[in-house]
Amino acid sequence: MLRRDFLRNMGLIPLTAQFPNLAFAAAPAANYQRLLVLIELKGGNDGLNTVVPYADPAYYNLRPRLAIKRDEVLQLDQKFGLHPALQPLLSLWQSRELAVVHGVGYPEPNLSHFRSIEIWDTASPSNEYLPEGWLTRTFAANPAPKTFAADGVVIGSQELGPLAGARAIALANTEQFLRQAHLADDANAKTKNAALAHILKVESDVVQAATGLAGNYTFRVDFPKHAFGNAVKTAAQVVANKAGVAVVRITHTGFDTHSGQPGTQQRLLKELAEGLVAFKTALLELNRWNDTLIMTYGEFGRRAQENGSMGTDHGTANAQLVLGGRVAGGLHGQAPDLQRLEGGNLVHSVDFRSLYATAIENWWGGNSRSALNGKFPTLDLLRA
Amino acid sequence: MRILIAGLIACLSLSAHAAGMGYDDAHRLLARSGFAPREAEVQAYAKLTRTQAVDKLLAAARTTAQTPAPDWMSEPPIPLRKPKDLSEEEKKLFQRQQFERAVALRGWWYQEMLTTPTPLTEHMTLFWHNHFVSSQQKVKSAQLMFKQNALLRRYALGNFGELLHAVAKDPAMIVYLDNATNRKGQPNENFAREVMELFTLGMGNYTEQDVKEAARAFTGWSLDRSSGEFRFYPRLHDQGSKTVLGQSGDFDGDAVLDILLAQPQTAELITSKLWREFVSPTPDAKEVKRLAKIFRDSHFEMQPLLRAMFTSDAFYAKANRAALVKSPVELLVGTLRQFGIDGLDPRLLAFSGRQLNQDLFAPPNVKGWPGGEDWINSTTLLARKQVLERLFRAEEMPGTENMNGRMLRADFGKGAARAMAGQAMLANMHFDVAHFFAAFPGNADTQNADVARLVLASAPTHPPNAKDHLDFIRQLVLDPVYQLK
Repeated sequence: MLRRDFLRNMGLIPLTAQFPNLAFAAAPAANYQRLLVLIELKGGNDGLNTVVPYADPAYYNLRPRLAIKRDEVLQLDQKFGLHPALQPLLSLWQSRELAVVHGVGYPEPNLSHFRSIEIWDTASPSNEYLPEGWLTRTFAANPAPKTFAADGVVIGSQELGPLAGARAIALANTEQFLRQAHLADDANAKTKNAALAHILKVESDVVQAATGLAGNYTFRVDFPKHAFGNAVKTAAQVVANKAGVAVVRITHTGFDTHSGQPGTQQRLLKELAEGLVAFKTALLELNRWNDTLIMTYGEFGRRAQENGSMGTDHGTANAQLVLGGRVAGGLHGQAPDLQRLEGGNLVHSVDFRSLYATAIENWWGGNSRSALNGKFPTLDLLRA
Repeated sequence: MRILIAGLIACLSLSAHAAGMGYDDAHRLLARSGFAPREAEVQAYAKLTRTQAVDKLLAAARTTAQTPAPDWMSEPPIPLRKPKDLSEEEKKLFQRQQFERAVALRGWWYQEMLTTPTPLTEHMTLFWHNHFVSSQQKVKSAQLMFKQNALLRRYALGNFGELLHAVAKDPAMIVYLDNATNRKGQPNENFAREVMELFTLGMGNYTEQDVKEAARAFTGWSLDRSSGEFRFYPRLHDQGSKTVLGQSGDFDGDAVLDILLAQPQTAELITSKLWREFVSPTPDAKEVKRLAKIFRDSHFEMQPLLRAMFTSDAFYAKANRAALVKSPVELLVGTLRQFGIDGLDPRLLAFSGRQLNQDLFAPPNVKGWPGGEDWINSTTLLARKQVLERLFRAEEMPGTENMNGRMLRADFGKGAARAMAGQAMLANMHFDVAHFFAAFPGNADTQNADVARLVLASAPTHPPNAKDHLDFIRQLVLDPVYQLK
């Protein structure tokens, strides 16, 4: 725990010192000056070929055609190595700012894209349906400052996912958003029509975000010229603003590799790594790298055994990446045992809600119980 | 006297009946079943009873498009895999051709939607496109996507069971859900899973084991690589016994599809989805059961189901007024049709649609566009208002030769400039505001009220305060209520 957090939790620093504008508002118990960035790897990234168990003969038996060759992996230790396309991330690994969490999943896994991402987004048990996103419940329990441009910003997707129901906006690029924002109008009208109420809320969120997001920051870093690079650039533009946001969610899509996996995954992981490295450089320029926690997630991993189409079918548990200036780099969690599959699928060892609990409690200093509908152990992903 | 009054009332109610369903109901039927109607259409349907009106819509349904197919549809099919030994220049030419065909394909469908005499047919074709999803992102071939679109239209108001069987053998679908490589001993589960989860039963009505077994039944359903037509390869088909939903046998794909059709959940899934498309965001469980039974009893004929839905009280209920969000395609096509805006190259709409998050022939994933409130977020709402503002901007839009790339991009979205480069006079868009108002007799006040009644599904959030007719319309279409139907 940081000294500042510790003192604050002890009540030794008045909240108004950190949030002067909230002196008369409900006091948030969380430090949202720290940014959480979620990277959704949409479609279900193949974790076994991302964090490769290159020393395990079972891996090569399951994937005679699809396995990453032992001499091609970027070795992390005696057992695991990264996909070669993740080369740009090696510098973060070496500076201990990149963590890998093995075996993230949940009990009774669902293999539908749509249901499984809903489980991840709402942090629900496999057989329970919850209406709002886990971040929305987090902000309900510990509100983000009202002066923020928004609770969260969603980039690269039209779906708000974990922010469904929160004060969130979807952005393609900040300049275009600001150019068009005058078309929205905060009507402040009440209606019983749910569809109309939704539109009025979006209009009001736009008006508020537009007053908070201004100008165009000029970064020295060159952002890579692909969709993910552009998304990262937009994210950096958002972070550069004085009126903050608590969360940025970036979606990187195309991971549903039932066929022709090698080329597709190679391209997507390369884009991911290039984008993340550019993002780190941009955050360093803003002096925000140490206040940023980046986590990947996605609906599921893929089947341990390759299929006949040079691809993999839907699976379950998966490896996730965690990055940031305060991250405790290294391998975390327990890698699934390839000799002990369930229905051909990997068995999880870390509940995904433990990742969320870590973000809420250890990163923001909030209370995760109500957001996650229960107590999940946090992970030692942050440096003291 | 009392008798006289009673007689008068009887007369009145009789004449009300004979006078038909009335303006509001006719408006809802036309706006929801097709695209936003014109005043004369609403007035004509207002005179019919619900049953007469619905019968008229159904009788007009078509099974083919009237817009001539793009000329490249008559060319021999392009091989499904890009030849690897192309030179850099040939590759560029190939990509340019792919791009032009993609744009032409979308423009072709927009043209059909803009001019069809039966908006219901196109609305249902769009519904099936969002149900039996395939995307050109993966399929690549514009020819296969065009053929799939023709298939969806052929059965749009026909028999769902026949459509399901045909779609499972549709080349674009076979590429999209990887059945082309689903082989005995090396099954690919993609199609088998989605056909159960999304096309028929819905989540929770089958097991993982059912998916695995069904995948085996579809092995060998593939394509002829040179003709691009469906082809069954018996040697790649798993002849063994399979158990799907408790039934066992040496099933092939058709047998599995029949098993899926026979489950009551299938009729309910389609009925609920149609409800969310046409009636309200929250299906009424009792009504869905009643309608699904009609659907099953008619062996999955679409017309009895739609007739029952379009004549039901729920369809016209006050509570469901303006309860649905227009899709981007409905917004664009409806606006152009309702206001009689012409001269716009339909290919430009392809870029607008994409900007609003509905790229025709390329839904985001196999579940399709989520629709409803998900159509509207900060990005898409602003983009909707941007294009509406453009359509009703006071000055006339210049022809493309006078529009620079930046203008095209700002108004119609990314790619528009590239597609229109070097082509003259493609966007002589024209809205005749005087002609539009001429359809509304009466003085200035009643005229404005009548226009608002046609244009908005319920009262505006911001009552207009306009300086002239065009400004009045501009304020109506920028009102949040204009996004609803």
